[in-house]
Amino acid sequence: MSIRDNASQMATALANKEISAVELTNQHYQQIEAVDKDVHAFLHLDKEGAISQATEIDKKRAAGEKLSPLAGVPLALKDVLTQKGVPTTCGSKILEGWRPPYDSTVVSKLKSAGIIILGKTNMDEFAMGSSTENSAFGPTHNPWDLSRIPGGSGGGSAAALAAFEAPLSIGTDTGGSIRQPAAVTGTVGVKPTYGGVSRYGLVAFSSSLDQAGPCARTVLDTALLHQVIAGFDPKDSTSINHAVPDVVAAAKKLEVKGMKIGIVKQLSGSGYQKGVENKFNEAIVELVKLGAEIVEVSCPNFEYALAAYYLIAPSECSSNLARFDSIRFGLRVGDDGSKGAEEVMNLTRQAGFGREVKRRIILGTYALSSGYYDAYYGSAQKVRTLIKRDFEAAFEKCDVLVSPTAPTTAFKIGEKADDPLAMYLNDIATIPVNMAGIGGMSLPCGLAEEDGLPVGFQIMSPAMKDDRMYIVGGALEAALLAKWGKPILDFAPKLAGSK
Amino acid sequence: MSLNYDQAIAKYEPTLGLEVHVELNTNSKMFCGCATEFGAKPNTQTCPVCLGLPGALPVVNKKAIESTILIGLALNCSIAPYSRFARKNYFYPDMPKNFQTSQYDEPICINGYLDVEVETDEGNKSFKIEIERVHMEEDTGKSLHVGGDTGRIHGADYSLLDYNRAGIPLVEIVTKIIPNTGKYAPQVARAYVAALRDILRGLEVSDVKMEQGSLRCDVNLSLANIGSGKLGTRSETKNVNSLRSVERAVTGEIIRQSSRLEQGERIIQETRHFLEESGQTRPGRSKEQAEDYRYFPEPDLVPVVPDNKWIEELRKSLPEKPADRRKRLQLAWSVPDKEMTAMVNADLLDTVEQTVLLGADPTKARSWWLGEISRIANDREVFPTDLITTKDVAEIIALIANGDLTDKLARQVVEGVIAGEGSATDVITKRGLKVVSDDSQLMKAIENAIAASPETADRVRGGNVPAAGALIGAVMKATGGQADAAKVRELLLKYLGQ
Repeated sequence: MSIRDNASQMATALANKEISAVELTNQHYQQIEAVDKDVHAFLHLDKEGAISQATEIDKKRAAGEKLSPLAGVPLALKDVLTQKGVPTTCGSKILEGWRPPYDSTVVSKLKSAGIIILGKTNMDEFAMGSSTENSAFGPTHNPWDLSRIPGGSGGGSAAALAAFEAPLSIGTDTGGSIRQPAAVTGTVGVKPTYGGVSRYGLVAFSSSLDQAGPCARTVLDTALLHQVIAGFDPKDSTSINHAVPDVVAAAKKLEVKGMKIGIVKQLSGSGYQKGVENKFNEAIVELVKLGAEIVEVSCPNFEYALAAYYLIAPSECSSNLARFDSIRFGLRVGDDGSKGAEEVMNLTRQAGFGREVKRRIILGTYALSSGYYDAYYGSAQKVRTLIKRDFEAAFEKCDVLVSPTAPTTAFKIGEKADDPLAMYLNDIATIPVNMAGIGGMSLPCGLAEEDGLPVGFQIMSPAMKDDRMYIVGGALEAALLAKWGKPILDFAPKLAGSK
Repeated sequence: MSLNYDQAIAKYEPTLGLEVHVELNTNSKMFCGCATEFGAKPNTQTCPVCLGLPGALPVVNKKAIESTILIGLALNCSIAPYSRFARKNYFYPDMPKNFQTSQYDEPICINGYLDVEVETDEGNKSFKIEIERVHMEEDTGKSLHVGGDTGRIHGADYSLLDYNRAGIPLVEIVTKIIPNTGKYAPQVARAYVAALRDILRGLEVSDVKMEQGSLRCDVNLSLANIGSGKLGTRSETKNVNSLRSVERAVTGEIIRQSSRLEQGERIIQETRHFLEESGQTRPGRSKEQAEDYRYFPEPDLVPVVPDNKWIEELRKSLPEKPADRRKRLQLAWSVPDKEMTAMVNADLLDTVEQTVLLGADPTKARSWWLGEISRIANDREVFPTDLITTKDVAEIIALIANGDLTDKLARQVVEGVIAGEGSATDVITKRGLKVVSDDSQLMKAIENAIAASPETADRVRGGNVPAAGALIGAVMKATGGQADAAKVRELLLKYLGQ
């Protein structure tokens, strides 16, 4: 048993009592202690809570109680989901010190499955960003190269996996925040169909786009975690009241013969780093070898996806973030008895929100304002409908669609920090999935020749058919593993102090 | 120059618009399971959802939708097959999310009407009030501004916030513009709110207590020169909290606006606050610098798509319309228009009906409730049914009909019940109030009276019947008022050969 094992291997070792949940949890805390000063994947560790949870699981196992498959396996939770009594900051100063009085539905499900929550992971403030540089608590570093970004907004959740600080993590994906970090860290991340996983307790950035999802180092581990967190929740009106597809069986199927895989014309070709394009094409060759049929499809309206996204997401965020007003929770600045409520609110928001968050609040406030609504928010919603139609037409011709996840491998910290447009372009291939509310996965497909950094392969499946991306992802992963001879993370340089 | 009401109305045509907010009486809030009980300890009926805590999500209360559809149906509205919630964005400390979840361009009920009757110089006249929309929203919390002189936020030392009310379901009922009311604008406004209140009470969807704020009215009013065919600039008077205030607010605004117009000033489109004491209004914030609410569809909720079958079931469950019920009762009880209006205005129709259902004669029931009992209630500033039950009143009326009580005795019984001496029967027993109906006992009293005033008796024998009054008075006095005066008269005249 090693912390470099997969979650499913850890689960087997726990079931066979080769290791206890407490030991496993402690090993992960040792790793975190050794490497997280360099990686900075975590914002908060809940050692006490995790150990007591692990102790409970060990007791139950000793008593012969039937446990869920992942019981006792540790997990890192993105700091945008509430966990009762544990600080939840969303990477923002404005929530400093807030301890939510309730568990998000995702956390309740994790707890009932006996999964050990090690702590909360770093992220771009309120999930706005693609590099985790927008965290108010400093950036997370990519374990492949500490001078590089781990992607964003869920950089902490992805880096924790790549640095072996946790075998499982939870991310959230509004425009690519699970998939792009997975791509640049050589890990697997899935954005389920919108409504597949409850948003109750997920601090909203853009309500109609946000979706929590599973992250891990293998497709099967991701599927196992997916199964735990998915399902209808009466507390979330937008959650789907429909059986969760059997993603675990899909991940184990390893058979794509006869499946039709569509390459989206608008998401391929120019605009990608050479190495990204090459690795993507090599993965396609593997799929052909496995018997899949490759077709090219055109989704002409994807061209407008990024522009429409940057109207819808900021509009919703400008309303969602209005509640951070210093009155009931979080930061309060300037309340010295001489100032009115409005002034205190203004001072708090000035000090508590970072630049990118302010930028988007202003953008969204403007886009929703009277006289501009139709031109901006209204038009963006129309584009959204057109993107959905493009996907529907494409899925008539094929079972899944594929593309590279991100245009480049991990870039240097600071490289794009002052150029928001360049930063936004990172999500060009991931945003259409959110706009249409369908499912998307990123899994590693190799290392770019020019920089030796991981490249992500994106698989998109129709709404409520999340099992399809797991079938293709599982089969491709197995083929690539056979080709490489070892997991991709074994190619990464060893972190100082790492076991 | 300043105009009085008659002068104002001779020159200007008022146009009304009424927005009524109704708190529904659902057990739980609009978007969460919290209780809605009035008067609970501050912040004891809250949860992450109605406190707007990060991550919390709303879920629509189905009962609230049902109540709203019932209201729409009772107001002859179409029920939208597809409607959505929207966010109304603005900052206020007692609004947890800093947006109100409401409905904007896709309300649940549209295009209805309500006929209301108003007493005019030419008798009762019916006005058709067209309803533009009925929509759902949530209430805000409550601020208590402590310190300072005004009780308003400016100048207060600090403010206390109570979120118990935050998220209580509200229904907003908006009329189209109400033209052609002429000088009856104040009465039409009042009659509309009263009729609406009766409908809501009949539907049992709200407590409709204006004094507790479960029914609040905003009055929009504009004036235009008679015959101009134009609409003037309107003012919106907020939170007018009684039927009488609705009437006064309209009158007050007609006078204020006409006086401004006479002085060559323009009307500012603004929100005004009604002042209970003076019947006037003071300006609130000006709508011309008002906030842009940046409405957009609420992404956390799915559209409301009510099933047709459900709507039809609800339609079938509607109670009799108050106006129909009134007509039916007026006919059954043969009540003149004026009396009927008095009963409705006094809000005693239900009470009288209950009394009649307990066996009382309608005319008697009406005259007791609107007469003696209302008089005492008015003196004490309470509602008549706070003083005495319909059961007691029905019993008293029955005793009078049987000849067991006289009107005079009955008044004493009512007094006794109101004084807390128990039920009508208890009072009768305790006070020994019973009509002396034993003829021999009465005859004895009559003989005594005649013996005491033989000259008077002679005059009666001689044909001077009115002279009997003094003898009857003496008999009544002798029996402690417990005899039936008519009976005494009958026996006396017979005895004296008349």
